[in-house]
Amino acid sequence: MIPLARVVGSAGRRGPARAGAAILCLVILGALVAPIFLQSPTAQPDIQHGGQPPSPGHLMGTDQLSRDVLTRVASGGRVSLAVAAVAVALSVTIGALFGLAAGYWGGAVDALIMRLVDAALAIPRLFLLLLLLALWERIPLAAFILIVGATGWFGTSRLVRAEVLRLRETDYVRAARALGAGPGRIMFRHLLPNALGPLLVAATLGIGEVILLEAGLSFLGLGIQPPTPSWGGMIFDAKEVLVTAPWASVFPALAIALTVLSVNLIGDALRDALDPQGA
Amino acid sequence: MSRWLLARGLHAVSTFILVVCLLFFLMRAVPGDPLSRLSEDRPMAPREIAALRARYGLDQPVGRQFAAFVGGALRGDFGTSIEYRRPVTSLVVDRIPATLLLGGTVLVLNFTLGLWLGVRQAVRKGSRTDRALEAASLSGYSVPSFWLGLLLAWLFAIHWRLLPPGGMHDLLLDPAAPAATRAWDLLRHLALPALTLSLVSIAATMRYQRVAMIEALRFPFVQTARAKGITEQRTVWRHAWPNALFPVITLFGLWLPVLVTGSVFVEQVFAWPGLGSLAAGAVSARDYPVLMGTSLLVSGMVIIGGLVADVLYAALDPRIRHA
Repeated sequence: MIPLARVVGSAGRRGPARAGAAILCLVILGALVAPIFLQSPTAQPDIQHGGQPPSPGHLMGTDQLSRDVLTRVASGGRVSLAVAAVAVALSVTIGALFGLAAGYWGGAVDALIMRLVDAALAIPRLFLLLLLLALWERIPLAAFILIVGATGWFGTSRLVRAEVLRLRETDYVRAARALGAGPGRIMFRHLLPNALGPLLVAATLGIGEVILLEAGLSFLGLGIQPPTPSWGGMIFDAKEVLVTAPWASVFPALAIALTVLSVNLIGDALRDALDPQGA
Repeated sequence: MSRWLLARGLHAVSTFILVVCLLFFLMRAVPGDPLSRLSEDRPMAPREIAALRARYGLDQPVGRQFAAFVGGALRGDFGTSIEYRRPVTSLVVDRIPATLLLGGTVLVLNFTLGLWLGVRQAVRKGSRTDRALEAASLSGYSVPSFWLGLLLAWLFAIHWRLLPPGGMHDLLLDPAAPAATRAWDLLRHLALPALTLSLVSIAATMRYQRVAMIEALRFPFVQTARAKGITEQRTVWRHAWPNALFPVITLFGLWLPVLVTGSVFVEQVFAWPGLGSLAAGAVSARDYPVLMGTSLLVSGMVIIGGLVADVLYAALDPRIRHA
């Protein structure tokens, strides 16, 4: 097993990963810092100047409701990134717990969990989300994050289970057991740290997936509800003015594409660092 | 082999039964039921709502509803659409040809172009071509499919006026027009949705093929082929490539969910009358039975895709079916 620090270090020496990390830092920094300098997203809009192209006053133009697109891209970024981070943290945690339980206890527990995971993986995540969200009028942000997080752990639990099965009968785990370590200690102190690599890859790639899902759900009217700005919601709002004010949807779409691209670059480099064979 | 096949088939069937149960109980777990949204849009008398509830069986105990749902599903009856007032089964069946046409086109595009590009990348691993193709495919994968669709529709249909912006047929076209004219019309309508879906999904094919081909090129027999003086073209395509096709089969199972998900957005953008736009429309109409029916069908397709991939694997590699 390659230590996690070395995996990250080796991934960090790869060009694409560096580019990805740089883009991601820029996006995060922009989302954190830019709203401080810009007008508040809820400030009285300048209704004389709706749907204006980019200009020195409004670097990304204004949307059909005269709101500054740059301000909304930045504050929408805060929401989109935070939603993705929390949802992915949630699904990785659930996936790790179920994977550990299934792999460690085996038998009926394993059979039950893995049969459910098999079935859940057969339903495309988008459809699962459509079914869960379609009936919910103006869903609270917390519930949205919870549902997105709860539908993303199936693949992760398989990964962790495979890792646990591989390690369960190794000498060091037997030694720990012989020394009297309980199941909790073996799972969290001895097995989980060895599964951190694959978990990190799954989490990184999961961020990109959630950002795209949030955008898609917003397009269908099921995403983060206005007035909370989000990148997906902005594209949805600007759908009608695609021809007359393209900047209102081009910039949030670019923000999505750049973010997803950067996390995918990082995730790929991490995966290659974990498994140098495939690169 | 037949024993292995039977076990694998039974596994697929039991997975589908579990999916049916899972979907039903998820639906029940969400606050509100299909009809609570209906009365939000226009006020209804409690008596009316009660009558509707009785009609859709929502006033029954959960156990009986579940039995009715499973019993219906086994008979191919998924209830009645709230929006169209037609059986879900017939609605879904009507949409299947359009989805198969779009999905099939994307499949062919993806596997011919994606495999070819992946092999090209592997042969020139690390070169500028390799990196440029990698960047291009990853970018396609990172863009929201609906936005790419809107962009392409704007460019090709509105700006350059080259292709129709949506639909499957020209409404003004005479239905008695010669078959060639109608086929050309269909092809023009198919071009943009197929292009969009291919662009967002080709990355996976290329990467799988690239990695598999790099492995295949490491085999000693490739060196032998080269040493014997066989042309590089023949070495790559006749000697190495067949050995790099094997892992690509896995894609078959992985790829269907991606295609189905993408088609929801792409079909919606281009008003392509397939399953995806049916599902997207059902979301805005809160048409729960239709959403349920399409989800079940799509899950069934994913399960069958996985089964086909496994059978292909076993047919090509005896180690798997004897394991």
